Amino acid sequence: MEDSRNNRRRRFLAVVTSVFGLVGVGTLAASFVASMRPSARARAAGAPVEVDIGDLREGQMMVVEWRGKPVWIIRRSREMLSGLGTLRSKLADPDSQVEQQPVYAQNETRSIYPEILIVLGVCTHLGCAPTKNFERGISSGLSEEWLGGFFCPCHGSTFDLAGRVYKNVPAPTNLEVPPHTFLSENRIVVGVDSGRAA
Amino acid sequence: MSSFIRWVDARFPLTKVWKEHFGEYYAPKNFNFLYYFGGILTVILIIQIVTGIILTMHYKPDVDLAFASVEYIMRDVPAGWFVRYLHSVGASMIFVALYVHMFRGLMYGSHRSPRELIWLLGMLLYVAMMAEAFFGYLLPWGNMSYWGAQVIVSLFGAIPFVGEGLAEWIRGDYVISDATLNRFFAFHVILLPLLLALLIYLHIVALHKVGSNNPDGVEIKQQKDETGKPLDGVPFHPYYTVKDTFGVGVFLTIYLAIVFFLPEFGGWFLEKDNFAPANILQTPPDIVPLWYLTPYYSILRAVTFEWLPGGAKLWGVIAMGGAIVIFFFLPWLDRSRVRSIRYRGWMFKTMLTLFVITFVMLGYLGTKNPGHVDLIWFKNVTWAQIGLVIYFAFFLLMPIYTRLDKTRPEPDRLVK
Repeated sequence: MEDSRNNRRRRFLAVVTSVFGLVGVGTLAASFVASMRPSARARAAGAPVEVDIGDLREGQMMVVEWRGKPVWIIRRSREMLSGLGTLRSKLADPDSQVEQQPVYAQNETRSIYPEILIVLGVCTHLGCAPTKNFERGISSGLSEEWLGGFFCPCHGSTFDLAGRVYKNVPAPTNLEVPPHTFLSENRIVVGVDSGRAA
Repeated sequence: MSSFIRWVDARFPLTKVWKEHFGEYYAPKNFNFLYYFGGILTVILIIQIVTGIILTMHYKPDVDLAFASVEYIMRDVPAGWFVRYLHSVGASMIFVALYVHMFRGLMYGSHRSPRELIWLLGMLLYVAMMAEAFFGYLLPWGNMSYWGAQVIVSLFGAIPFVGEGLAEWIRGDYVISDATLNRFFAFHVILLPLLLALLIYLHIVALHKVGSNNPDGVEIKQQKDETGKPLDGVPFHPYYTVKDTFGVGVFLTIYLAIVFFLPEFGGWFLEKDNFAPANILQTPPDIVPLWYLTPYYSILRAVTFEWLPGGAKLWGVIAMGGAIVIFFFLPWLDRSRVRSIRYRGWMFKTMLTLFVITFVMLGYLGTKNPGHVDLIWFKNVTWAQIGLVIYFAFFLLMPIYTRLDKTRPEPDRLVK
């Protein structure tokens, strides 16, 4: 009798000690895991970037940095825009069904104003930086049907002038359109969604 | 001296440990040159630790200073170039020795019962070594360091739901940055070396429990003389300590010749793109990992089938991970009645040969642009897809062909 009661107490104490011990270890582990998340400084450095595109001419592209990633801003000419509609059958996701853009850029030009395209210059395959190739046809060095766009030298993915990915290339989705807002005709904030700030 | 040893032995099992692992550890007497590589691996690892400590004295894990501090080691630190090349060439030499060591095990059935744990611990060592090499490769902060890390960490992003958060947690930032460099440095110089040391200790403890296999696949412990010593064994010391010293000597000659005359090995040990500092706005024309990881990189890129549920990228990552994980199951996939290739039939021999050729081919293709034609007939990606099928067929069909295979009976004793 005496023995079994003692055993019950011992088991109870062992369970209680183990549970408290596990809570302690869990708390410790959670702090250690949390310490590896982006720090306050890293998160602050991910703050929005303001860009002046007043000097950007038709057919030109500029690159700014946001969260350490290259953001491309392209002022597309009418000729460049006219090609977008003719490519549908060659694109993997012509209607931008995959959420790679804010809702306000889910249209054929993938932009707020048709001529201004803003995309991240990061290949959606493995994060390489594609290069621009705005030449048309054979002089682009790509193909006769090429209407201008972007070419990733790593694994050969191609994107059109709206950052939409072609079929049968390694990249799975269209280039990502970062959240952005127009403060005025020529002032853009990258990293802030329209409607919220500005 | 002997009274001092007695004093120690009364307090610490010095003589006992010596006898168990050297003086009276009986190893089969028919080891061939393939059995040098375990010892060679130990030696290179010691070299890596010593050179690593010296490099740490001069290296700065800071995105603004890292690249310059490596150049400082190369130019201004006395003998710094030598220490650095020993370390960078040593990394590749570890994988040369490791692949031979693994192939040896595969060929002579060293993964078979009762040595499954040695194989599993060895595979963990292989994975830890790949991680160690990967973390180390970011440290010079060259352009290939940066983009290589970018590609590999972004692989985690392919995991459904948690992927992006996980990648962010590994990087400690939204991109590969100073935070990433600092933690990779911590992993490279503290976490993984400790893990490697522990795993090597366990690998050897497990080995010395069951004893070494040999090219004949014969269990020497089953034939003992009247004093209980294996008839076909010789004490590790002095026989194999002396033999291994010779093997290590030959190896060091080759290793140092590379360090002195060909430290970059034509871009295979140090990639050309890594002689420019990391540039987040400029990708190298071809992002490729170093040669020892390229077979898996090839498998990753070979999966281009968009019709797969979840997309090609996710399945590429799964195939790459699977290609490594499947090695762990080898002891249970192999159903042959015999251990060594010497007594196996044509099926295993053919499959092993095919596997080795495939592994080398995948490794080569991993350094090339998938869209080009560097072999014959097909594009590189097509060859990689053929390689992927053979790679997995070697493992997944193994239970079938090793059982069907006509084997010859293993002898009781080592053959003359």
